[in-house]
Amino acid sequence: MHKIDLQNLTKIYGSNPEKALEMVRAGVDNDTIRQKTKLVVGMRQVNLFVDEGESFVIMGLSGSGKSTLLRCVNGLIRPTDGQVLIDGKDIVTMPSGELLQFRRRKMAMVFQRFALLPHRTILHNVAYGLEVRGMSRDQRTERAAQAIKMVGLQGWEDYYPDNLSGGMQQRVGLARALATDPDILLMDEPFSALDPLIRQEMQDELLEIQSKLQKTIVFITHDLDEALKIGDRIALMRAGEVVQTGEPEDILLSPASDYVARFVENVDRSKALTAGAVMVKPRAVVHPKDGPRTALHLMERNGLSTLYVLDREGRLRGYIQAEDASALVKQGHRQLEEIILEDVPTALPDTPLADLLETLAHTRVPIAVVDEDKVLKGVLVRGSVIAGLAGERRPENE
Amino acid sequence: MSKIAGLSSTLQQLWAEGIPRIPLAEWTDRAIAYLTVHCSDATQAMSEFLRERIINLQDTLISLPPEFIVLVFVLLAWWLAGKKIAIFTAIGLLFIINIGLWDVTMQTLALVIGAVFLCILIGIPLGILAAKSHTAHRIISPILDFMQTLPAFVYLLPAIPFFGLGVVPAVITTIIFAMPPVIRLTDLGIRQVPEELVELGKSYGSTFMQMLLKIELPLARSTILAGINQCIMLSLSMVVIAAMIGAKGLGGVVWEAIQTLNMGMGFTAGVAIVIMAIILDRLTQNLGKTTRK
Repeated sequence: MHKIDLQNLTKIYGSNPEKALEMVRAGVDNDTIRQKTKLVVGMRQVNLFVDEGESFVIMGLSGSGKSTLLRCVNGLIRPTDGQVLIDGKDIVTMPSGELLQFRRRKMAMVFQRFALLPHRTILHNVAYGLEVRGMSRDQRTERAAQAIKMVGLQGWEDYYPDNLSGGMQQRVGLARALATDPDILLMDEPFSALDPLIRQEMQDELLEIQSKLQKTIVFITHDLDEALKIGDRIALMRAGEVVQTGEPEDILLSPASDYVARFVENVDRSKALTAGAVMVKPRAVVHPKDGPRTALHLMERNGLSTLYVLDREGRLRGYIQAEDASALVKQGHRQLEEIILEDVPTALPDTPLADLLETLAHTRVPIAVVDEDKVLKGVLVRGSVIAGLAGERRPENE
Repeated sequence: MSKIAGLSSTLQQLWAEGIPRIPLAEWTDRAIAYLTVHCSDATQAMSEFLRERIINLQDTLISLPPEFIVLVFVLLAWWLAGKKIAIFTAIGLLFIINIGLWDVTMQTLALVIGAVFLCILIGIPLGILAAKSHTAHRIISPILDFMQTLPAFVYLLPAIPFFGLGVVPAVITTIIFAMPPVIRLTDLGIRQVPEELVELGKSYGSTFMQMLLKIELPLARSTILAGINQCIMLSLSMVVIAAMIGAKGLGGVVWEAIQTLNMGMGFTAGVAIVIMAIILDRLTQNLGKTTRK
């Protein structure tokens, strides 16, 4: 069962939406519906799921329906049609008392303009969710203080929101959400109102907190770089519809439509793309037990001047160079062991390309992409990296 | 041109034949007569209840030593509005004692306090209702317009058959005149709460009362207090006019001065009214700003 499962969700703004709903089902476009019925379609037939512990980003420009979607998840907006299943329960048809408890226990929202109460101190802002739940003063003060510590604002408990900078205010917003210990965090463009530097800092902090807490996060943004950084999966919305859902690299490397392609055109790919996404299979490798003649043969056949050496478990030992191998042949040695060079540049599959560009510019050997156990996963050659940065799908064999 | 000439001649003809005059005055008389007959038990009972309390308040204020009341006002002024206003308050109130208008001033103050208290008691819930329900807003709005623009003298008259002469009709007419800003500004203050904060309340599972008490009313506070400030000022001006139906107080002195053409007496009472107005205004103007720096 998915944590959040949106089924066939449609929202039409205005009264008497039946006719417009029929038109949505028949596939009539939004403009025609607006002309004929004077109603605005906010979201049309969205199907999405989010799994437990996943960071799911919904991306789109303003008016694409992403805020409507988020507000359907906690029932702030009631969809015209479709189901919002959370842990298998439909919150659209849920009685209001149960929905109230659901909001108090299961989810918390972080807002674009922070939504702090100006008449309350930081501590009492953070404790808000616990207070409406009816928790005793001592208990909620303690929990709120913990949450404040988690976002690094200890010492600011007794200040008022207008004493704090934007970045700090949003930390309060985050602490307020975390204090209720929800399963689901709904984040409505939480960092859009912040300066670029502060925004990055907050993104990093969110990732760090998420790595500890493993909440289910639904995160809204119009910033693709942010989406790629935060999202385990991303849904791209346009005119109320989800046009593509996938992992960040799917969106970047195989855009489903021209619209997505244009959207991802200007992204800084070197930050978004990882070594794992653009690496290619090595054309040939040798094992230490193979003789120098085999190695030379492989190099010759593949047009290479260096070869990676792997042990029997596939772990990277180093590389050999063609001239060393031919010297070995002349001396009549049969073991490669003595000519293995170990100064191989390596990267993990999730290293961003931005961190590797300089190495790539100077290295004589391709960068080896290895996992934590040093097992070779692939190699980065200049050609595949440039192709990836240019937005081309990686060729399966190179 | 000929069309217009034709139209005007038709109108003249109609006029000559006589459109029957709409008997609004007769209807009003009959309605009030009907209400007086059928509701007088209720209004009389309410009248008794109110009269007792207002007279009590007046007697209390008059029986307290004037120095004590001056001290309370000066301290309040110091706390709410600063040193300058405190000094003005002291001088102003001592001047009123000096010119011998203290007792009537206290009568007026009691009327204002009573009227404002009732305005708040009725006005804030109505304002909340108007903010929360579009239907209520649509019904209340034009009634408030009517209450505020209908000349005060017009409803001084019907107050007499319902509540007799004296302090009660004075307070009732004052409430009608002074309550609209409380309702309007409560309504406005709640509507002005940013959408995101309303969403905050809902998304964290607040009940209706939690929304109201923890988010909406605190945020609407300074707007509501501005409404109360206006209400106090309007009450003061109306209480003076209501002297015509027997409210006494400072307005009573002015009324008497008019009837006897006693200019000195009229002016002195007028000055006392101005002093009270300035003190009450300055005290309540800053209510919204002082509590948190």
